[in-house]
Amino acid sequence: MVNEKIKVENFNLYFNEKQVLKNINLSIFEKKVTAIIGPSGCGKSTLIRSFNRMNDFYNARVEGKIIFDRMNINDKNVDLSLLRTKIGMVFQKPNPFPFSIYENVAFGLRVKGIKDKSFLDQKVVKSLKDVWLYDEVKDRLFDSALSLSGGQQQRLCIARALANDPEVLLLDEPTSALDPKSTQKIEELLEVLKEQLTIIIVTHNIAQAGRVSDYTLFIYLGEIVEFGETKKMFTAPENKRTEEYITGIFG
Amino acid sequence: MKKRKLRDGLATFLIYTISLISIIILGLIVYDIFTKGYIAFKEVGFTNFIFGRKYYPTMDPPSFGIFNFIVSSIFVTLGSILIGLPLGVGSALFLSEYANLKTKEILKPFIEILSSIPSVIFGFIGIVFIGPFIRKFFNIPTGLNLFTASFILGIVIIPIISSLTEDALSTVPSTLKEASYALGGTKYDTITRVVIPYTKGALISALLLGIGRSIGETMIVLMVAGGAMNFPNSIFSPVRPLTATIAAEMGETAVGTTHFYVLYGIALVLLFLTLFLTLVSNKFIKNLKRE
Amino acid sequence: MKKIKEKGFEIVIYVTTILTISSLLIFLVPIFKNGYKGIFPEFLFTFPKNGMTEGGIFPAIVGTFYLTILSIIFSFPVGVITAVYLAEYGKPKFLVDLLKTSITTLSGIPSIIFGLFGLSFFVIKFSLEVSLLSGSLTLAILSLPIIIKSVEESLKSVPITFKEAAYSLGCSKFETIYKISIPIAFPNILTSLILSVGRIAGETAPIMFTAATLYSRKLPKSLSSEVMAIPYHIYGLVTEGVSPEKQVPIAYKSAFVLLLLVLILNLSAILIRQKLRRQRKW
Repeated sequence: MVNEKIKVENFNLYFNEKQVLKNINLSIFEKKVTAIIGPSGCGKSTLIRSFNRMNDFYNARVEGKIIFDRMNINDKNVDLSLLRTKIGMVFQKPNPFPFSIYENVAFGLRVKGIKDKSFLDQKVVKSLKDVWLYDEVKDRLFDSALSLSGGQQQRLCIARALANDPEVLLLDEPTSALDPKSTQKIEELLEVLKEQLTIIIVTHNIAQAGRVSDYTLFIYLGEIVEFGETKKMFTAPENKRTEEYITGIFG
Repeated sequence: MKKRKLRDGLATFLIYTISLISIIILGLIVYDIFTKGYIAFKEVGFTNFIFGRKYYPTMDPPSFGIFNFIVSSIFVTLGSILIGLPLGVGSALFLSEYANLKTKEILKPFIEILSSIPSVIFGFIGIVFIGPFIRKFFNIPTGLNLFTASFILGIVIIPIISSLTEDALSTVPSTLKEASYALGGTKYDTITRVVIPYTKGALISALLLGIGRSIGETMIVLMVAGGAMNFPNSIFSPVRPLTATIAAEMGETAVGTTHFYVLYGIALVLLFLTLFLTLVSNKFIKNLKRE
Repeated sequence: MKKIKEKGFEIVIYVTTILTISSLLIFLVPIFKNGYKGIFPEFLFTFPKNGMTEGGIFPAIVGTFYLTILSIIFSFPVGVITAVYLAEYGKPKFLVDLLKTSITTLSGIPSIIFGLFGLSFFVIKFSLEVSLLSGSLTLAILSLPIIIKSVEESLKSVPITFKEAAYSLGCSKFETIYKISIPIAFPNILTSLILSVGRIAGETAPIMFTAATLYSRKLPKSLSSEVMAIPYHIYGLVTEGVSPEKQVPIAYKSAFVLLLLVLILNLSAILIRQKLRRQRKW
C-alpha cells in the first residue's frame, strides 16, 4: 500500500521567457525513494528545487499545482519557512556553514526560536547518529564543520536537514562531488532513512538511481519521458529514449 | 511564528527606509549648494562670475571673477594627470602582467598605503620638503606653485588609477591572452593589441575618476599651490585653484554676504564638474560590464 | 628592432613601478626621520603651550578620536544596512539604480563640498554651531559611500550556496542575512570598518568650518564643543603662527602620529584580508 505524498499537476516553469519544465504530472510516494534522472540541462535540478520553492530566487514563473499536505505549495500565501522545514534539502556540493559541527545541526532549530539547551543537545546528537556521523565527531562537536572530509560534510548537511524533522528530503546530486566510498555510505544511509521519510534524489549516475530508488523519473528537455517503478524501468523501459539513456547510448 | 513574521516585516521595512538616506543626503547636498551658489550667479552675473579676471572680495565695490581659479584648477589637474596616468597605468600593468604572485602580494600594499595617506600629510611634506627642494633645484622665487601642486597631486592619484586599471586588466579573459601568445605574439604585442584595446573603456573611466579626484582635492592645493590669484603665466607660477579658494576664505567670511554665496557658487562649479566626471566614468564602467 | 621595442616597453613598466613605490617613500621617510623623537609619552599626553609653539597634542588626539568614533557611530549602521539592501534585496530595480547612482555620485563629490554642506546644514540651519557634533555628522556623510561600497562587496563575496542552505532550512530572507550573510562576511566588514576609520581620521577639509579649532588648552566637554584635530593641527602649524622654526618640528611629530595611526589601521586591514584569503576553504 503506497500513499501519495506529493502530487504535481500540469506544472510548467519559466525562467524569464524560457520554459524549463513542461507540463509535469507526477506522484511522489510516501516513504519511498524517487530518483530523477536525465542528461545535464534537462531540468532535473529545477524540478527538485520546485518542491521547496528554491527557484523563487531566480525569478521563476510557475503554472500548475504541486500539492503537498493538501495545499498547493505554489500559492502566494504559503509559509515558505514552514514548507522548507517540512521539505528539507541537501545540495550537490557539501555546503556546511563555516560554524561548528554542533551549530550546523542546531541551525534550523535555532532559526525556529528554540533555545532549550538540553533539547538542542539531544536533537543534535540524534541527527548526527541518524547519519552515522556521531561516533566520528563526538569528541569535536565544536570544531569547525569545514574540518570534516567531503563525505562527512555531506552527511552533516543531511543531519542538518534532518534536525528539522522533515517529511520529505530532497537530494540534488548529493554524491557527485564525493569519492566512491563516501558515495556508498550515503546510498546505504538512504536505505535506512526512507523508513522515516520520503526521499527525492536527482542523480546523473544511472547505476545509483538503480541501486537506491523505488521509483524513477526520466526527464528530457524539460518533459517527463517516463515515470515508473525503478525495477520495471531498468529491465523493461517503455520508451525507446529511456532505454537508450539507461544503457548509455545517449546522455 | 507570528513573532518571527512581525520581526521580519519590521526589519525589511527598516532596511528599505534606511537605504533611502543616501539618496536623500545627495539630494540635500545638491539642493543646498545649488540654491546658495545660484545666488552668487545671480548677484555677480554668469559672465562676470565665470569669465571675470578680477577677484577682489573685500574692495568696495567688490569683484568676483573666478576665471583665474578655474584655469588654475584645470592646469593643476592636467599636470597631475601627466604624472599620475603613466605611473598608475604602468604600475598596474606591472602588477597584473609582469609581477609574480609573491611580488604582487608585497607591492600591492604599498600602493594601498599610498592611497590611505591623509592629504594634509602630502601638503605638509610639500611645504617643508618638496617645495624648498623645487625652489632650489629650478632656482625660482617660490617652490609652492603650479608645478609642485601638480607633482604631488599626480602622486596622490596614482593609486586610484592603478587600482581601477588593475581591476580592468583582470577582466581580460585569459583565453584571449593565450590566443595571442599561441599566435606568436610577445608580451608587448599581447598588451598593446589585446589587453589595452579590451580595457579601453575602463582606462578612460580610471582617467576620469583621477581627474575628478585631482580637481576636488583641497588640502594639497591649499598648502602647496602658492595661493596667488593671478592667471598662471608659467608652470612655476603660484596659483589658487577653486577648492583652495573656498578653503582659504570661508573661515573669514560673514554668513549671508555676497562673498559667502560666491564661495558656494565656486562649490557649484566644482560640483557640476565632478558630477559630470563621475557620471560619465560610470557610464564607461557600465558599458564594460555589459560587454 | 622588435626585440628592442619589447625590452624597452618592459623597462618602462618597471621604471613606472619603481617610481610609484619611491614616490611613497618621498613622503614617508622625512616624517619618520624627523617625527619620532620625543613622541612618547610627553608629546602625546600634554597640552599645547604658548600658541602652537610648545607642548604636545593631547587635545588634538582626543578630538580626532571623538570625531572618528562619533562619525562611525552615525555612518556605519546606515552603511551596513544600505549595503544589505543592495547586496541582498536588490529590488525594485529603479530604486537600486537610483541608489547606486547616488552612492557613486556622493563618492565623487570633493570633500570641501561636504564641508560647505556641513557648514550650511548642521552649523547654520540646525544651529549646531562649529562643534564636535557638526563635524562628525559631516564626516559621517562623507564616509557613507565608502562604507556602503566596501560592505556591499563583502556581502556579495558570501557564496550563494550558504544562503541556499539557510533558505532550505526554513530561514526567511532577513534570517538568512543576519544569521548567515553578515556573520560569514564579518571579517571583511570589519576590514571595511578599520579602513574607513583611517580615512575619517585623516580628513581635514570637511572639519575646517564645522568642528575644528587650531588651538585649545581644554579637552572637548560636550558634543557642542569645538575640538582640535590632528590633521587640522598639522595644517595650522605650517600655515599660521609666527615662529615656523618652532612649529615645523611639532608639525613633523604630529604628522608622525597621524601617519602611524593610519598605517597601523591599514596594515591591520591588509593583514586580516591576507589571512582570510589563506584560510578560506569554500
